[in-house]
Amino acid sequence: MSPQMTAWSFFADHRAEILGATLDHLVLVVIAMIIAILIGVPLGMFIVQRPALRAIALGIASVFQTIPSLALFGFLIPIPFIGGIGKRTAIVALVLYALLPILRNTYVGLTGIDPAVLEAAEAMGMTRAQILFRVRFPLALAVILAGIRTATIITIGVATIAAAIGAGGLGTFIFRGVALVSDALILAGAIPAALLALLADFLLGLLERRLKVS
Amino acid sequence: MNTKPPLSPIKTIEFRDVLFHINVIPSRVIVSGISLEILHGETLVLLGRSGSGKTTLLRLMNGMLLPSEGKVLVQGRSTAAWDPIRLRRGMGYVIQDAGLFPHFTVAENVALIPTLENWDAPRTASRIQEMLRLVGLDPSEFAHRRPRELSGGQRQRVGVARALAADPPILLMDEPFGALDPVTRAELQREFSALARRLGKTIVFVTHDLREALLLASRIVLLEAGRIVASATPQEFLRLDHPEVRAFTSSLAITPGASA
Repeated sequence: MSPQMTAWSFFADHRAEILGATLDHLVLVVIAMIIAILIGVPLGMFIVQRPALRAIALGIASVFQTIPSLALFGFLIPIPFIGGIGKRTAIVALVLYALLPILRNTYVGLTGIDPAVLEAAEAMGMTRAQILFRVRFPLALAVILAGIRTATIITIGVATIAAAIGAGGLGTFIFRGVALVSDALILAGAIPAALLALLADFLLGLLERRLKVS
Repeated sequence: MNTKPPLSPIKTIEFRDVLFHINVIPSRVIVSGISLEILHGETLVLLGRSGSGKTTLLRLMNGMLLPSEGKVLVQGRSTAAWDPIRLRRGMGYVIQDAGLFPHFTVAENVALIPTLENWDAPRTASRIQEMLRLVGLDPSEFAHRRPRELSGGQRQRVGVARALAADPPILLMDEPFGALDPVTRAELQREFSALARRLGKTIVFVTHDLREALLLASRIVLLEAGRIVASATPQEFLRLDHPEVRAFTSSLAITPGASA
């Protein structure tokens, strides 16, 4: 039997399992992304007002990005409360990875606004909060969303490695496949993960184009 | 707001020996020795080359800058003592690139201050119509457009409508027609000159174009390197004997066929 045939028959035989793992994977990604957005976007808004904190916040977020993902998962295991084996640790690591694109795009989006627009807003007597929420934020939304889109795609990929610390998801198949030298198992993890990433990219890209203001 | 009848001319804005410097090391003086009274209802044009401090004076009037020395009084109160938001809401502001909000329609742009001041919907809606007609834009055609769907001249018209929407007693204009093509610029200058006479507002207009200054001003104040070097009505201004005045008047003298 050809390897493709084994892969197809494996897929057919393990439909329910693959679907379950895909849903687990999606849950990990969605939870991590929600937390990363809830931290990254407000933090980005905050550092616009506090230039002194900008370098520090972006620097820390960049450092997390440079740590190899497997190592980051490893580092987190011994840390009390947020560490250990399982989903919680995985989500913490995924949030740390997703933070930089969201934080950076929020900052870039909020600061990259036509100076004439900001000058008019200030001179017409808008308060700082009004300028932030009614002018800067709506105009930055497409750029912020582009950051969320990048972060989502990274997170879908990195989440496969979370299986190494027992968080489940599509990585389970990949690690098992590597251990058993089974292409079918590896593909059972890799193909749904790739499809998820493509789908997320497509849907968020649609949303981004709708929000773009020229 | 000042409700006293104008028995004697009311000083709407007053500069008392103002100096402004930027706090870099060494500190750089932008304007100095500025004493100036802007009277109720006059159209004062601040004329000067780029970098002469015109825009700085404008920003000192609406509290976007506070004087390093001296005082700027608006309706008798120092800008440092005003709540900056209240101060600015009483001053319409028009700038070169209009600075319209690209995510708002024309109507929403015009309604900016009325909305922030919580006007009710019918009053705001009728004000939008009134303002767009005032600046020569048909509301049914333009109200729902976005700024990107307008020409440069139309954008400036909306900028003026937005500045006037909440009926502020003072209008500050920073080279509002500077980026327009010459034909559109002349058109807007003529219309604005008529509009200004009709509105009876105190207008401070910044420009580096003497022709524009002569057309619009009831008084021209000439700035050179951060100091006021002349203050005169347009008629008097042309006869003044000051090198910087001559530099400006000679810029007018270029006519086709004339030798340089």
